[in-house]
Amino acid sequence: MSLSVLQGAVEQGFIYSLVALGLFLSYRTLDIADLTTDGTFTLGAACSAVLTILGHPVLGLLLALLAGALAGGVTALLQTKLGVQPILAGIVTMTGLYTVNLAVMGGRSNLNMLREENVFTAAETLLGPTGKLILAGAFALGAGGLLFLFLRTQLGLSIRATGDNREMVASSSIDPALTTTVGLCAANAMVGLSGGLLVQYQKFSDVNLGTGMVVIGLASLIIGEVVTGRRSVARGIVAAVVGAVIYRIIIAAALVANVGAQNFKLVSAVIVAAAISYPTVAEKLRFARHRKEAEKNG
Amino acid sequence: MAELLVLKNLSKTFSPGTIHEKKAIENLSLTLEQGDFVTIIGSNGAGKSTLFGAIAGSFFPDTGQILLDGADITFQPEHRRSRTVGRLFQDPLKGTAPHMTIEENLALAYLRTTRHRSPLSITGKKDRERFRERLASLGLGLEDRMDSPVGLLSGGQRQALTLLMATLVTPKLLLLDEHTAALDPATAEKVQDLTGKIVRDQGITCMMITHNISAALALGNRTLMMDRGRIVLELSGRERAEMTVPALLKVFKEKVSRELDNDRMLLN
Repeated sequence: MSLSVLQGAVEQGFIYSLVALGLFLSYRTLDIADLTTDGTFTLGAACSAVLTILGHPVLGLLLALLAGALAGGVTALLQTKLGVQPILAGIVTMTGLYTVNLAVMGGRSNLNMLREENVFTAAETLLGPTGKLILAGAFALGAGGLLFLFLRTQLGLSIRATGDNREMVASSSIDPALTTTVGLCAANAMVGLSGGLLVQYQKFSDVNLGTGMVVIGLASLIIGEVVTGRRSVARGIVAAVVGAVIYRIIIAAALVANVGAQNFKLVSAVIVAAAISYPTVAEKLRFARHRKEAEKNG
Repeated sequence: MAELLVLKNLSKTFSPGTIHEKKAIENLSLTLEQGDFVTIIGSNGAGKSTLFGAIAGSFFPDTGQILLDGADITFQPEHRRSRTVGRLFQDPLKGTAPHMTIEENLALAYLRTTRHRSPLSITGKKDRERFRERLASLGLGLEDRMDSPVGLLSGGQRQALTLLMATLVTPKLLLLDEHTAALDPATAEKVQDLTGKIVRDQGITCMMITHNISAALALGNRTLMMDRGRIVLELSGRERAEMTVPALLKVFKEKVSRELDNDRMLLN
């Protein structure tokens, strides 16, 4: 793998790390598998692409962030106030967003913005060949740092408690509807921003960009957790960023080796299923071994 | 003495109009003075926990009114009420977040009870020192384990921590729902002693449900006996001071129409 391919992979890893950070907040912290993620990523991408074409790439990122938060808010409203199950709430929003995303992109399923100025071309002009890397890294570190600080605040601790022990929440003067809403809004804001950054980076937006994003994000997070462990909030946040970068390096290696990146949705799915089922499988194996020995000795 | 808690004609029926209809509390009135420590006894299903649920806001009463410190809180949501009403349950796992550290649990309890703080407020070094001091006062050595996840603590330690969290900022009212019943006898006694000490030192108005009649008489200044959603006996002052466990059991048998729930009523 050449250095430029590696650099590209790291740049993309930093951009996608915002998705992993969002999932760290919704899945790991709030304990909600938020399927809005797929739709939100495309929503952020669409908003950013349209405004970049209009000549406002920075505004595009801001709108991607806000639209993402709004999408998270809709999912939160469905599950906290209207009694829709959390998984279904995410699916409902994601499904609805497909139409919204097409509408944002003016009815077209993809948009090119090869000639337009965007934040990455600006960074390259300003900072030279490492400009894109610096900018993407700044977004990843900025989001990770802010998330770390946020989770230490009263509201952040309340969000963590909501995901950790729902029984204690109401009797601890925490409004679970509020903490769930804030958590999902913040998580999806990061996902939207990630989509917004990606389309400016690759100068291309597509209505199917977000498909499978929740699984890819989780796979990244889980890969990162293998490296850092998941004992604390700080480790979890570092895991999200490191994992997303490693994931993109693996993808780049596969592309170089001509394996075909389309296979990686399946690989991601297997990683996620295996990692999440590991404790259960390990427990069953332990029990089977224990029983065998007991029967032999007994 | 000021009236801290006033319950006026409180009633609650669960599943009304069905075969499961259960009148949990019926037309119950009670007034607590500032600094009162009331112990509550009664057989299972007498309505003790329902009474706590109504005061804490887990559900709203069908009729009646609840005044706390002069303010009508009858329909205030539970999470708002719990800023000033601390509550401990029998299950020690209910009051703490297992994957968060001792310090984080305390920070949560501390930050959420102070009304004028912003949602973005954090705890600093001074607060950490304060937490350490308060943990040390429990005498369980938890002050040296502030960075350990709460899930690693024993049931007794978790319940003591929950007690500390509920009283870290002095609540107006503390509700203890058999909070030592799930602990082994030695630990239960330790947590009971801690409870008495904290409630006394901070002058907290407190209600405690217990199945231990001797504890009901030993702790606090008033004792209530409940049956079928009503208060059937109230003891205070000299009458209470002269009451013995056997005598109270006898009264209990007279007042309570059903057989006494001997399994849970400890005579020690």
